[in-house]
Amino acid sequence: MSTDNVTDVTDEDVVFESGDPYAPSYDTTTGTVFTVSGGDWDSIAPPAEGEKERIVVNMGPQHPSTHGVLRLILELDGETVTEARCGIGYLHTGIEKNMEYRTWTQGVTFVTRMDYLSPFFNETAYCLGVEKLLGVTDQIPERASTIRVMMMELNRISSHLVALATGGMELGALTAMIFGFRERELILDIFEMVSGLRMNSAYVRPGGVAQDITDDQVARIRETLPLLRKRLRDTSDLLVDNAIWMGRTVGVGYLDLAGCMALGVTGPILRSTGLPHDLRKSQPYCGYENYEFEVQTQTTCDAYGRFLIRVGEIQQSLAIVEQALDRLRPGPVMIEDKKIAWPARLSIGSDGQGNSPEHIKEIMTESMEALIHHFKLVTEGFSVPAGQVYSAIESPRGELGAHIVSTGGNRPYRVHYRDPSFTNLQAVAAMSEGSMISDVIAAVASIDPVMGGVDR
Amino acid sequence: MTEPVSPREAGLEVAAHVTGKLPPTLEVVGVRHGAFGALGSGDTSGFGGLVSPIVMPGPTARPYGGWFDDAADELALALPDRGITMEDAVERVTVYRDELTFQVRREHLVAFMATLRDEPALRFEMCMGVSGIHFPDDHGRELHAVYPLLSITHNRRLRVEVTCPDDDARIPSIVSVYPTNDWHERETYDFFGIVFDGHPSLTRIQMPDDWPGHPQRKDYPLGGIPVEYKGAEVPPPDERRAYT
Repeated sequence: MSTDNVTDVTDEDVVFESGDPYAPSYDTTTGTVFTVSGGDWDSIAPPAEGEKERIVVNMGPQHPSTHGVLRLILELDGETVTEARCGIGYLHTGIEKNMEYRTWTQGVTFVTRMDYLSPFFNETAYCLGVEKLLGVTDQIPERASTIRVMMMELNRISSHLVALATGGMELGALTAMIFGFRERELILDIFEMVSGLRMNSAYVRPGGVAQDITDDQVARIRETLPLLRKRLRDTSDLLVDNAIWMGRTVGVGYLDLAGCMALGVTGPILRSTGLPHDLRKSQPYCGYENYEFEVQTQTTCDAYGRFLIRVGEIQQSLAIVEQALDRLRPGPVMIEDKKIAWPARLSIGSDGQGNSPEHIKEIMTESMEALIHHFKLVTEGFSVPAGQVYSAIESPRGELGAHIVSTGGNRPYRVHYRDPSFTNLQAVAAMSEGSMISDVIAAVASIDPVMGGVDR
Repeated sequence: MTEPVSPREAGLEVAAHVTGKLPPTLEVVGVRHGAFGALGSGDTSGFGGLVSPIVMPGPTARPYGGWFDDAADELALALPDRGITMEDAVERVTVYRDELTFQVRREHLVAFMATLRDEPALRFEMCMGVSGIHFPDDHGRELHAVYPLLSITHNRRLRVEVTCPDDDARIPSIVSVYPTNDWHERETYDFFGIVFDGHPSLTRIQMPDDWPGHPQRKDYPLGGIPVEYKGAEVPPPDERRAYT
C-alpha cells in the first residue's frame, strides 16, 4: 500500500471506532483506511476449569482442497476432528426463482448452470419433467433420446474425470489431475462440436434436442473413443494399485448402507456399500433399458471403493456411448407437435454456427403464418397443463430430481432441484468425525460435491 | 379491477361448462386476470377482462390403478397401529401423470411418514427432501410442502403433500424419521418461511443469516431497475406485462 496520502500518522492518531481493537481505522485524504490486525492471544480467555481447549478451524470457503466454495467448520483436538459441519450458500444464485419469470424453454438455460460439471443431466431431468407434464413422453423421437443418452454418458465420463482429477490434486497426486483434465478436454471438444458450447450448452430442450448431429460428428466421436479408452487406462493404472493412493483412501470416509439410507445418500457412495441401486436400471428413462451395461458396486464403504466405482463407471459409459452411436438412425430430433417444437433451425456455415438460411427464407419470404408461429413460440412459448411432477435421473453424483409445478401458464410456477451434491454433503460429519484432518479432504473428495449444484 | 367471482366459483363454473356437470371438488389455487398478467399497465389487448381460474389436478377416486391401490390399502391397515385412521390422516389422494400424491394433514405427518418408512409392504426407505410451493390466493392453504419418497425395495415412488396457512406456517419436522431432511427443511424454511417444528437447528442455509424475508415466496418483493431517463424504472419481473 502506498503511504503517500497517509501523512504523519502515528499510533496515537489511530481511532478505535466501534470499539474494535482489531480493526482500527483512520482518515486519509482518499477516505477511511481500515487495518485489520488480527487477534491478540493475551485477550483470549483461558478455558474454564476442567474444560479442554476447543480449537475451531474454518476450512474454506476459499480453500484449494474443499471442492469450490465449501466451508468446513472443524472442531479439532490436535490433528483429530471431533466435530465437522458444513457451511454452504456461497454460490447461491437464485436459479429456481429466476426460472419462474422465463418461459419453459428458457428454463433449460438456467438449469444447465446448476451443477456445472453435469449440465446435460440437469437439462435432461428438467426436460423429462416438462415432457411428463405435457404428456408427450411417448412422442419424443428415438433419435433425440439416443442423442440424450450419448451426451449424458459422455458427460458422466467428463464429470467422473474431474472427480478423479480434483480428488487426486487434493491428495497431492498432481499427475492424476493433469491426466484427468486433459482427457476431459477431449470430451468438452465433443460437446462444443455438437452443441456449440463446452459447458452450459442448453442443448436438451423440451421435446427433443436443439439440433441434430451430423455423420461427420458421429465419426469424430467414434475416433475419440479409442483414444479416451487408452488414456483412461493410463489414469487408472496410475492410481488403482498405487500404495500412496490406497494409503490415503482405503478405510477413509466410511459410510455404511444404514448411514446412506438415513442420510438419503445416492450415487457412487451408496453403491460403495454394495447396493446396486442405479436409476438407469431400476427406473429406466430415455430408453436406458435397451443398453447393456453393469452397475458398478464395491463393498468397502470407503473413499477407495468410490474411486474404483467411478473408474468402472467410466468404462461402462464408454460402452454405452458406443451402443448409442450404433443405435443412431436417421430421423427427427424434435417432437412432431409444432406447438411445442422449437421452430428455429441452426446450421453450420462457413463462418461457424448460425441460423439456417432455408428457415430464414421460409419465414421471411414464403409463409406469413410460419413467421407468426415462429414469433409466438419464441416470445410467448408453449403452455404446460397445471400439475406437478417429480422426474429423477441418475446423475454422476446420484439421484438428480426435478420437482416441477405448473399452473397452466407459459412459465414454470415452481421448479425445485433435488441435487445429489446437496444431500450427499450432509454425510461429511458422519464420514469425518473422529478422523484426521487429512482424511476430511479425502472424504469430501470422495463425495465429489459440486457447489453450483449444492447452492443453485 | 374488481374480481367478479371468487377463484373457487370461477373454477367450478369453468369446470361445469367443460364437463357439463359440477364435479365434487376442484383444486383451485388462484385466478388469472387478462391475457398478460399485468394490472393497470395500460393493457390495450382487449383481454383485460378475462378471468380464468388456476385449477390443479383434483382428487382421484378409487381405483387409482396399478400398485397405487395396494399401497393405499396397506396404509389403511397399518395406520391404526399408530393410533390414526386413513381418513384422519389423508385429506385427498391425487393420481396425475402416473404419480401418486397423498395430501396429508400436518398433525399426522410424522406418524404417516414413519408408517411409509417402516411398513414392510411399503418400505419407502428414502425421502428425497422437501420442496415448497407458495399459492398466495389459496386461502388457508397458502404454503405447500412436498416430499418425494422412493422405495428401493419395491422400486416405487410416491409423494406426500402437506399444506399450512400463511398465518400459522408450521409443519412438524420429519428429521426424526428421515434424517436426510435436515438440510432440506432448512432450505424450505429459508426460502418459504415454513417453520418445521421439532427440527434440531432450523436456521437459514442458503441466504445469509440476517437476510430479511423468504425469497421463493410469490409475495417477496423483487427489485426494479432504475433507468437513467427522467427517473424512469424498469418494473420488477412480476409486475411487467408478460404472457401468462
